[in-house]
Amino acid sequence: MVMQSTSQLDATFAAIADPTRRAILARLAEGEASVNELAAPFAMSQPAISKHLKVLELAGLISRGRDAQRRPCRIEAQPLADASKWLEAYREFWEASFQNLDSLLDEMKTEKKVRNPK
Amino acid sequence: MSVTHALTLIARGEDEIVITRTFNAPKQMVFDAHTKPELLRRWFGVRNGWTFVKCEVDLRAGGAYCYRWRQEAKGLDLQFRGVFREVTPPDGFVCTEIFEEPFHAGEAVNTYSFVEENGETTLTICTRYPSKEVRDMAAKSGMECGLEESYQNLDEVLQ
Repeated sequence: MVMQSTSQLDATFAAIADPTRRAILARLAEGEASVNELAAPFAMSQPAISKHLKVLELAGLISRGRDAQRRPCRIEAQPLADASKWLEAYREFWEASFQNLDSLLDEMKTEKKVRNPK
Repeated sequence: MSVTHALTLIARGEDEIVITRTFNAPKQMVFDAHTKPELLRRWFGVRNGWTFVKCEVDLRAGGAYCYRWRQEAKGLDLQFRGVFREVTPPDGFVCTEIFEEPFHAGEAVNTYSFVEENGETTLTICTRYPSKEVRDMAAKSGMECGLEESYQNLDEVLQ
């Protein structure tokens, strides 16, 4: 069974596995902001904040305005403000991992039988 | 027929997330799979082009672990790291999950327990975040309803 948009959930999970990025999203949920406005609460340089913004943009969670002067950031994917979306991405991560683990455990049991035939 | 091994993920209280999952294997094997890098590398977070860049485990109280993945296609990086507080093989362990950025003080605490019955092992992972805010991510609505959901993985049922 092919899961739809598992790649998007991957990107979402990676993007929000970082507390600074989660804080940026929380701020943007209140309204759009410039890079300087976003950087202000953190003891962080603008290039550092921009790096975070790029990850969020790549994951489709924010968009950047085209205004050459300001390029305001805007939150996209309102579902992200819904906690269950994060849980869904988190669950996908563990579900896929555990399916891999099922296969690995089967291999380990087989190896054990081969080494210790009764 | 084999039992449905469904992943359960719930938000509990204000600051916890609890995951449970049953595996068709003895406890020692499941414990090893979670604590030996050569085994972890074969399943943990591995899919959709994600590969391990680093997988280190110093399995003892005070020892550190570090997992780092990369997804080349999108140029994404992911890292978890922390310190073990207690290690009780093969029953469980407790470790912290350190936040990389200075924004949030504190760290999450993960408690892993492995319980074996009839040759199957149930894993419970309880993750406690330093605050409700961190646990709820960017959510405005939060978890005041005490969300509890069980997810059945159709793939496993149909196998």
